[in-house]
Amino acid sequence: MNAPNKSGWKPEMELAADGMHNGPATTTGNRALMLEEPLLFEIGRTDVTGVDLPAVDADAPTRLGGLARSEAIGLVGLTEPETVRHYTRLSRQNYGIDLGFFPLGSCTMKHNPRLNEKMARLPGFADIHPLAPQSTVQGALEVIHQLGHWLCTLTGMPAVAMSPKAGAHGELCGILAIRAAHEARGDAREVVLVPESAHGTNPATAAFANYRVEDIPATPEGRVDVAALKARLGPDVAAVMITNPNTCGLFEKDFREIADAVHAVGGYVYCDGANFNAIVGKVRPGDLGVDAMHINLHKTFSTPHGGGGPGSGPVVLSEALAPYAPLPFIRQKDGGEFYLVEEENREERGPTFGRMTAFHGQMGMFTRALTYMLSHGADGLQQVAEDAVLNANYILRSMEDILHAPFAASGPCMHEALFGDKDFTNGLSTLDVAKGLIDEGYHPMTVYFPLVVHGAMLVEPTETESKAAIDQFITAFRAVATRALEGDEGLKQAPYYAPRRRLDETGAARKPKLAYEG
Amino acid sequence: MRYLPLTDTDRQAMLAKIGAATIDDLFVDVPEIARLDGPIHGLPMHASEMAVERHMKKLAAKNMAAGDVPFFLGAGAYRHHVPASVDTIIQRGEFLTAYTPYQPEIAQGTLQMLFEFQTQVARLYGCAVANASLYDGSTACWEAVAMATRVTRRKRAVLSGALHPHYAQVVKTMAHFTGDTIADALPAITPDPELSGLIARIDEDTACVVVQYPDILGRISDLSAVAEAAHAKGALLVVVNTEPVALGAIKSPGEMGADIVVGEGQSLGVGLQFGGPYLGLFAVRDPKHVRQMPGRLCGETTDAEGKRAFVLTLSTREQHIRREKATSNICTNSGLCALAFTVHMTLLGERGLRELAAENHRLACIAADRLAKVPGVEVLNNAFFNEFTLMLGGKPAREIVRDLADRGVLGGVSLGRLYPGVEALEHALLVAVTETTTEEDIERLAQELEACIKETV
Repeated sequence: MNAPNKSGWKPEMELAADGMHNGPATTTGNRALMLEEPLLFEIGRTDVTGVDLPAVDADAPTRLGGLARSEAIGLVGLTEPETVRHYTRLSRQNYGIDLGFFPLGSCTMKHNPRLNEKMARLPGFADIHPLAPQSTVQGALEVIHQLGHWLCTLTGMPAVAMSPKAGAHGELCGILAIRAAHEARGDAREVVLVPESAHGTNPATAAFANYRVEDIPATPEGRVDVAALKARLGPDVAAVMITNPNTCGLFEKDFREIADAVHAVGGYVYCDGANFNAIVGKVRPGDLGVDAMHINLHKTFSTPHGGGGPGSGPVVLSEALAPYAPLPFIRQKDGGEFYLVEEENREERGPTFGRMTAFHGQMGMFTRALTYMLSHGADGLQQVAEDAVLNANYILRSMEDILHAPFAASGPCMHEALFGDKDFTNGLSTLDVAKGLIDEGYHPMTVYFPLVVHGAMLVEPTETESKAAIDQFITAFRAVATRALEGDEGLKQAPYYAPRRRLDETGAARKPKLAYEG
Repeated sequence: MRYLPLTDTDRQAMLAKIGAATIDDLFVDVPEIARLDGPIHGLPMHASEMAVERHMKKLAAKNMAAGDVPFFLGAGAYRHHVPASVDTIIQRGEFLTAYTPYQPEIAQGTLQMLFEFQTQVARLYGCAVANASLYDGSTACWEAVAMATRVTRRKRAVLSGALHPHYAQVVKTMAHFTGDTIADALPAITPDPELSGLIARIDEDTACVVVQYPDILGRISDLSAVAEAAHAKGALLVVVNTEPVALGAIKSPGEMGADIVVGEGQSLGVGLQFGGPYLGLFAVRDPKHVRQMPGRLCGETTDAEGKRAFVLTLSTREQHIRREKATSNICTNSGLCALAFTVHMTLLGERGLRELAAENHRLACIAADRLAKVPGVEVLNNAFFNEFTLMLGGKPAREIVRDLADRGVLGGVSLGRLYPGVEALEHALLVAVTETTTEEDIERLAQELEACIKETV
């Protein structure tokens, strides 16, 4: 194999394993472009500000009801140049999609188009108030309406609730709609069935909605055990929550059969749509008996992950659940005017289960997602799914000869390839492989999830990687995996070259230090 | 297809490696009935950047941007000036295109920022510990009630009548499903909040009492007596703040004895954005409550070489570890909005925040005095920060807001919209004033308001 890096670097130019540490120490602790940065509270000052405002007039009359603050708040400020430098230096200690391949399984780290950012910042979208008179925000209501139309069409579902703020909030929306539908017919059900391979948010959501959660096992081929699920169905089961494509990267091919069985006992089918990006524009989940499914706009529709949000989790709903959708929702009058249905529209609001958030949902994400959809169109979105699945299968088939791939025999994977740590030797683990990949310049895959595979490594390339980038990753992944298979002790101390070595996470939890105390 | 790097040659080579003849061979596990033959019907085909921009701009142009007109809306979302450098920082790819810092060795930027954010929020609220953010103020409010029920093992929450009605609605929606009891009320139209009635509703079964500060009518009052009354009955005080800038001028909730302080952080760095994404803030005064908190927490630790480092911690509270026993189902929160808040707060600092708050209050006082001179208008509040309630003569306030909009003035939020069908509140108008409001804007509102009221009497 040729050297994977075309920059002129050659393996024989490599320093000793601890080569970086053999150079002379620096006075600052910096290493050229690798810059240490103190905490804001160590460099900021209480009397410095980066914003020009009139000085406080201590004698000005106030109407604060005698509650004027007398104590210092304890904040510190920086001027603008210091602020920009502080956060720019911090940013350089982060890995992002813009920097390189980020195959974090289930999280769908695809390229975030910059047109999305530009459109979301148009004052007509960014600078409008959620309670502005509806005649002054017709364009905003139309964006939500159009996006809802795209989501319904792409999923083959009749209705959509737009307000949920992220995937887990969308799950909650779906489960509450299910609960409301059962309540409406006086049917108090207590149990939600969740496959053991599910995201942790599924059981947490069901419990948050006061359901008892029961696990459904997976088959050896990585899918829901249909027989076990059917055996458990009964009049106490309110719903099943199934992720499709599932977290093992496989399509639940018996989904329709499961849905029919659940419906036959009066239950509903919640589909976790976190992995919709594998099938968008190619497959309509609505044709498989889904009653509710959330869609992570920050996964399938390319809105940025932002270091942990904001997300956005609209939920498509079947005819059976649509009447219970949360407020507010948007309707269009015959004359074309859009309007909000809120608490006061007593006739139109129907038996809604209530309100999940103060306003209308993640408008800033709606504008970005709609921009992305319009860019790709029906044909482009189909290509998105195809390329995402192609890339994942290419990685699966390029690794399976050396790395344990528990479901490789189950057929093609969808958008992500799953591996396990079964053949690692000398006590090496999935964690060590992840840290080794950091040294190679990659963000690691998702590790130790799903729980059904020992030492799981879930690799999701997405469709926005070139073949060259994927080939280079495969070369690096094979090299690091080989070290784990051969028992290379050195891997246990990786990463060597990141801004930080491995962290003392146990110590962090034992004596939590959660705020600056200087 | 400008976002898709694979060429057809690549695709063929990759299919060959996989051993598949066509791409559809990879979708064999999908039942026929759900598979589409070609591009889905009813949606347009792909479009150029220029064409998409044209489409979106047309939609944006149909909205009246707050910056283009005299603007006085608040009620939980405030328009403040966001320094240009905030947006520059949050658009850096290393922040924008990162995710939850699961691999701390290559996420110290996000983690250190979150540690700074948690410290800023905790200090602003007068608390010991803040989390790394929730979705928004309203969902944070429910999370606070849920946490109080866990801490006290009681199932009843008392809501102040002057809590934002949408927040109350979110709490009631959730409580219906969890089986908790919510005692709520309508706001009393009085110059000062009615705290004695609220205190009387706290009983031995009460998990928490929830009070907004400043409240939905813009009023402010000392909550120490509510804290004492709640604590005497073994209940927690939850204080909700929807305008963090206010805390640059008035006492912190923690100082007054609040146990959990939650709020909306949108005022700093985030912007109006038609209601989202916003920034849920969540803090506790007593560190012993930390393990019952929802959401991510960032903590300080060291790496293998002894260097200071930051990491997500106490994860055993969270869904990805504890599953159905987690303190909340939240996963993705409001990371980038937290960064915007922190950068804005860093630019302000102690001095800037105090100056910003003073400027908001100064202009609000000018507006209140000027509007009180309009015939048929009375200012309800004795005390306020940057938002107050007007009682209007003539038509219901809701219609006056629409008339004002027709005249090119976004004049406030009518309580009729927030409390539909409540006759006593029909003539109340909530007016917010920030540093972005000019004295000319105030004059214009006064004149247009006078004209609108005159038309109707």
